[in-house]
Amino acid sequence: MARAVTPRRKAINTIIAWLVGLLIFFPILWIVVLSLKTEGDAIKTPLEVLTSVWTLESYAVVQDRSDYFKHFSNSVIIALGSTLLGIVVAVPAAWSMAFVPSRRTRGILMWMLSTKMLPAVGVLYPIYLLFIELGILDSRIGLVVVLMLINLPIIVWMLYTYFKEIPGEILEAARMDGANLKAELIYVLTPMAIPGIASTILLNVILAWNEAFWTLNLTAAKAAPLTAFIASYSSPEGLFYAKLSAASVMAITPILIMGWFSQKQLVRGLTFGAVK
Amino acid sequence: MRFNKLIGLAATASVMMSGVAYAESLTIATVNNGDMIRMQGLTDDFTAKTGHTVEWVTLEENVLRQRVTTDITTKGGAFDIMTIGMYETPIWGKNGWLVPLNDLSAEYNVGDILPAMSGGLSYDGTLFAAPFYGESSMIMYRTDLMEKAGLTMPDAPSWSFIAKAAREMTDRDNDINGICLRGKAGWGEGGAFITAMSNSFGARWFDENWNAQFDTREWSDTLNFFVNMMNDSGPSGFATNGFNENLSLFQQGKCGMWIDATVAASFVTNPKDSTVADKVGFALAPDNGMGVRSNWLWAWALAIPAGTQKEAAAKEFIEWATSNSYIELVASKEGWANVPPGARTSLYENANYKDIPFAKMTLDSILSADPNNSTVDPSPYVGIQFAAIPEFAGIATEVSQEFSAAYAGQQTVAEALAKAQAITNDAMEAAGYR
Repeated sequence: MARAVTPRRKAINTIIAWLVGLLIFFPILWIVVLSLKTEGDAIKTPLEVLTSVWTLESYAVVQDRSDYFKHFSNSVIIALGSTLLGIVVAVPAAWSMAFVPSRRTRGILMWMLSTKMLPAVGVLYPIYLLFIELGILDSRIGLVVVLMLINLPIIVWMLYTYFKEIPGEILEAARMDGANLKAELIYVLTPMAIPGIASTILLNVILAWNEAFWTLNLTAAKAAPLTAFIASYSSPEGLFYAKLSAASVMAITPILIMGWFSQKQLVRGLTFGAVK
Repeated sequence: MRFNKLIGLAATASVMMSGVAYAESLTIATVNNGDMIRMQGLTDDFTAKTGHTVEWVTLEENVLRQRVTTDITTKGGAFDIMTIGMYETPIWGKNGWLVPLNDLSAEYNVGDILPAMSGGLSYDGTLFAAPFYGESSMIMYRTDLMEKAGLTMPDAPSWSFIAKAAREMTDRDNDINGICLRGKAGWGEGGAFITAMSNSFGARWFDENWNAQFDTREWSDTLNFFVNMMNDSGPSGFATNGFNENLSLFQQGKCGMWIDATVAASFVTNPKDSTVADKVGFALAPDNGMGVRSNWLWAWALAIPAGTQKEAAAKEFIEWATSNSYIELVASKEGWANVPPGARTSLYENANYKDIPFAKMTLDSILSADPNNSTVDPSPYVGIQFAAIPEFAGIATEVSQEFSAAYAGQQTVAEALAKAQAITNDAMEAAGYR
């Protein structure tokens, strides 16, 4: 039986939720504020920052100094490319683990996840040498492959969880109706798993968009995405807070907009099966 | 007639083709600071003169260091020119990873490079990187607060005078700290400052047999003096302050004195960003009467990784970017205060530059720094705020973390020094020095 929620309790919960939300959002809000200040004003105390002149000067400087659209298009290609390639590889893998499990399936899933625990820098040199050998250093295709491999355990795990929710009998019925494996995957399983696949795509696009270690270390001038764009405005010697903030806002805006429009799917995807 | 036309066409085509083959696209990895960004904005001048185009990869100092180190050690070839410092250049030059710059043109005038800079960027007498700009460290102080305290800053003060002046200038009610210094962990942040300071107290990192020296009285004196002075007259939370934090405090009028990189002089005297721009004086970094001052020496320099396919074009760029004509180009566009300092002797003989208030003190600071004789007692390493060995960056980062913990009051100075001693000796033993 569900517990009754009193209006007072509801109000308190709402206030707490807003406070937590604001706390989480505050760094982003402060970045936006600093991006609208001069370098001189951006280093002042918070109160002085808020009362100083508002300006778009830093955006103009960043736009003038960097090729934003080149970095943006690299980010789009790398994030979408790695995610879609990951989905193509992960759907069959997750299907086999969900519907034709062996006694090693659990172990394989855990092993896949354990690869995420390896510090990335531990394999930097082998991967860098491999990239030199293959001639794909500073290329978008190289980053698509690396980010796909890095996010693959998460993609497989998420799809596996969604597929487990689909009754195996439906696939059996399709097989009895004459569907081969390819038809079963494309016409039966995928349509039923669309919400789960969409959530997986959204989450992995965000992860790939924000990935900074590999995108900084494996690129130079040609394939550098928005993470490199942001990194170019950080400095231990000199005042770059306003410009760094402006560059950060420009880099995160596309993904924030995408997240805003797809938040329902994202939340649903992330909490799917959580209360079972 | 037809034959002549054919010859003419062939000649034109040949010239065009050779032009196409000659024009290169250079990829340059560089650090994000004002001088480098200014150079990026002036690259069109280089392209107009040579036909070569340039693609920039600009990164924060530590990210850049990691990125170019990965590339050069694997012979990745991602960059045709790298911006590196005095720490990397002799080590990489020794390893054969850099193209020697021993055939630069006569017009370039290598002899004009300040000896301290060319010395620090050479290995075994061969120049491996051309300095884009050089820096030392010096005292920047508030002339109005010094006057109010009834003191006069000497051109070459001692640490005891600085501690006294810091106490006198401190005004906690008005949020004015007598002195602001780096305490932030990191070998290039607080580590650089305390190492340079320790030299003037007679301390050194290693004895001639590469034994760590943190158990000596000199190191204890250095760290205790620093901690006591900062607790008396420094800003709260100084253990986490680096260059940018202190710059911010000074520009807001919250520091009486700041000892840091000479390049900061142009920031604190810029009225656009600094509220105290017209009240700043300069002096040499302090000493302790032992014959060594506490200033450091650093240069950001351009080097060519060995194995690049575009060596000739890369050398053309280096000649352009580190030449006197580049300095004149910057002066004509943005004024003499904004030219890259500290690299060429002739800049300091230029009448226009002599008018810049911090020019003389910058040069004096650079000239008083000697990376080959940086310590009172003999040491086996080259470098002032670092020891030019590959292991130093890792060791010094750990050691500076221990020091920062002592600044923050999380451990005593004695504990920090004991840990530094153990960390350093262990690392040197593992690396085969001991």
